[in-house]
Amino acid sequence: MSAPCRILVLGASSAMAQAYARLRAAGGASFLLVGLNATRLAAVSGDLRACGAHAAEIITADLADLAGVEGRAAEFRSRLGEPDEVLIAYGELGDQAESERDLDAARHAIDVNFTSVALWILALLKDRPPQAPLNLVVIGSVAGDRGRASNFIYGSAKGALDRFLEGLAQKVAGTPVHVVTVKPGFVDSPMTDAVAKGPLFASPEMVAADIVRAVDKRRRVVYTPWFWWVIMTIIRHLPWFVFKRLRI
Amino acid sequence: MSSWGRLTRLPHEVTRPPFLDDASSVIASPGKPILCRGLGRSYGDVCLNADGRLLVTDRLDRFQWLDLQAGRLRAEAGMSIDRLLRVIVPRGWFLPVTPGTKLVTLGGAVANDVHGKNHELAGTFGAHVERLGLLRSTGETLTLSRDQNAELFAATVGGLGLTGFIQWVELKLVPIRSARLDTDTLPIKDVDDFFRIAEASRDWPFTVAWVDCLAKGSDLGRGLFMRGRWAETGGLAVHRSPRLGFAPELPGFLLNAVTMRAFNALYRNRPHGLGTRTQHYDPFFYPLDALSSWNRLYGRHGFYQHQSVVPFPAARDSVKRMLETTAAQGQGSFLAVLKLMGDTPSPGVLSFPMEGATLALDFPNKGERTRRLLDTLSDEVLANGGRLYPAKDAVMSPAMFRAGYPGWRTVEAWRDPAFGSDFWRRVTGDAA
Ligand SMILES: Cc1cc2nc3c(=O)[nH]c(=O)nc-3n(C[C@H](O)[C@H](O)[C@H](O)COP(=O)(O)OP(=O)(O)OC[C@H]3O[C@@H](n4cnc5c(N)ncnc54)[C@H](O)[C@@H]3O)c2cc1C
Ligand SMILES: NC(=O)c1ccc[n+]([C@@H]2O[C@H](COP(=O)([O-])OP(=O)(O)OC[C@H]3O[C@@H](n4cnc5c(N)ncnc54)[C@H](OP(=O)(O)O)[C@@H]3O)[C@@H](O)[C@H]2O)c1
Repeated sequence: MSAPCRILVLGASSAMAQAYARLRAAGGASFLLVGLNATRLAAVSGDLRACGAHAAEIITADLADLAGVEGRAAEFRSRLGEPDEVLIAYGELGDQAESERDLDAARHAIDVNFTSVALWILALLKDRPPQAPLNLVVIGSVAGDRGRASNFIYGSAKGALDRFLEGLAQKVAGTPVHVVTVKPGFVDSPMTDAVAKGPLFASPEMVAADIVRAVDKRRRVVYTPWFWWVIMTIIRHLPWFVFKRLRI
Repeated sequence: MSSWGRLTRLPHEVTRPPFLDDASSVIASPGKPILCRGLGRSYGDVCLNADGRLLVTDRLDRFQWLDLQAGRLRAEAGMSIDRLLRVIVPRGWFLPVTPGTKLVTLGGAVANDVHGKNHELAGTFGAHVERLGLLRSTGETLTLSRDQNAELFAATVGGLGLTGFIQWVELKLVPIRSARLDTDTLPIKDVDDFFRIAEASRDWPFTVAWVDCLAKGSDLGRGLFMRGRWAETGGLAVHRSPRLGFAPELPGFLLNAVTMRAFNALYRNRPHGLGTRTQHYDPFFYPLDALSSWNRLYGRHGFYQHQSVVPFPAARDSVKRMLETTAAQGQGSFLAVLKLMGDTPSPGVLSFPMEGATLALDFPNKGERTRRLLDTLSDEVLANGGRLYPAKDAVMSPAMFRAGYPGWRTVEAWRDPAFGSDFWRRVTGDAA
């Protein structure tokens, strides 16, 4: 039997990350779970071990702490070994209205959703053995596809992340590093509990199954559920004079 | 929020905590009366708490540990049977007791102390629960078992969610060699025939009968008797996700005696329906799960279910009278289920099963007419020393409840004062 796949999960207590990790655990993967809260991570770890994970260690970290990124990335890599797969799932929706007035809140939203993610990726790729395969799976959002009045601070951070990953993917094309940008639509997770839920909401399990398929088929970008590709293609192509009147 | 019967749609303050730590802080914080809710598969109002708080447990669905050698596990109470089976079946284990749908949580299965097709042999779900973690609104966490806090354990199993928040459930599993069952389907001519076949099927662990509740006269009680036992071969494949999606909400006029008669005739004459064969556990245990939200088929007024148990020896005649009443009214339903229950004592003070025959009937809500029929059936049950199943009930009177469940004051004494439900307020009224 080959060595278990080593998966580093940043934001392991997120609903989508848990659903994804469960699917990977069934194949006997070995995890390092990183997040804010040790009790929650321990609960996730116990669950993954029961459903087949080879190992599931936990480390707590504030992943939005930009100053700590370089040192902690090295710590994660030595604890787990060079990961075969990295899932970056943490994020925060933030409060658009509040962030427009409170610049600290705005900066935090951008740091959590973009700056820190970019730095984690750079730190994790630095000095990696060039022949080591890696799936780098990052959860962006359809909100990054076009700036919208209702959440352009979060949306622009996700949009910047999209550009960052696009450029990175171009750079690593032809190497064993594969970059997957996941763009979920509305997902029924704690992040959206304040939002009224409608029929367009997908479950974290549906999203997770789409991510597994995208990784296995080496897709570059995946919209999940798939119909968001249609919706966002239309929205991206709306001419400005139409778009500006939409209240979305 | 509604329950499975969709009879009411009343406002609740709903929270869906993703982890036990925030669930605990919700329970321990003051506020309106609170109730936990799993997947809302109870038909009536045991999982409703109108104008109060509901803590929905569906996100609390993690294993805490799983011992594949011993066949034991501990999981958060919001774990669904669906997810549990996906993990344990491929490794050769199954639940010792399962209800007729896998879309229930462990917490819900404990709180209603559910039963399955093997009640005579295995007793209730609670009989296989070794320990429970219970959080009271004082913030105190207690471990409950037959030896530790035994009285609170007995009040919590079948306790309808009133003794506090069940955080986790520890239970025993049974080994299986195959995910399939050897099954046998026999025609039933009438009610006497049912009792004869049931008697002759004592060595089959799983038994249940489907009855055509529109049949009258000498056909009264005709239907199909299904029995099964775990197969030795056939692989350990888990169930698949349902292929049929959401059922539409049908307009009420489609649910009349004519359509039901047609359905019943089709069901009875299913080609290849009779005789022996092997079947996967999914269609055998969970036939209705193939169509998600089938409850919507009953239209926007919802539906009632009557499930009662009547002890021997009155059971046989009592079942006949209930089927006669139902058939005469022509209000009968798609699903009439008849089964014997065994004498294994249930661990819960308010557990429903008792030795006798249990009958379950669905009725689309046609207002006063339906409620009168339900009352007639209840009177029949009460007169013969039986009782109604709270998990299915939306109508029983306080008198009916107290007669069927003389131990209710024990549960009231152990009830967490911050907890309440529409069911409990209805059946205990001012007496509580
Ligand atoms: C198609 C179908 C077939 C069925 N077949 C059977 C059958 O064969 N046998 C049988 O016995 N039942 C059967 N039932 C009924 C069903 O098994 C029960 O109603 C079960 O309790 C539902 O579980 P749930 O998770 O949906 O709980 P809910 O309906 O949401 O809640 C049920 C009760 O559990 C309490 N509860 C839930 N979680 C917790 C918790 N964590 N802590 C404290 N209290 C809690 C609630 O307060 C409530 O009182 C069937 C139901 C359906 C829809
Ligand atoms: N839900 C949606 O509709 C939706 C749509 C599109 C994209 N997304 C994206 O999908 C990803 C996953 O979200 P989700 O829906 O699964 O939501 P979720 O369950 O609320 O997960 C968000 C996670 O991020 C963690 N987190 C936030 N800030 C952190 C920090 N500084 N350090 C460490 N961890 C931090 C949270 O940890 P704690 O639990 O400990 O607070 C939480 O586990 C996010 O990137 C989100 O932006 C979500």
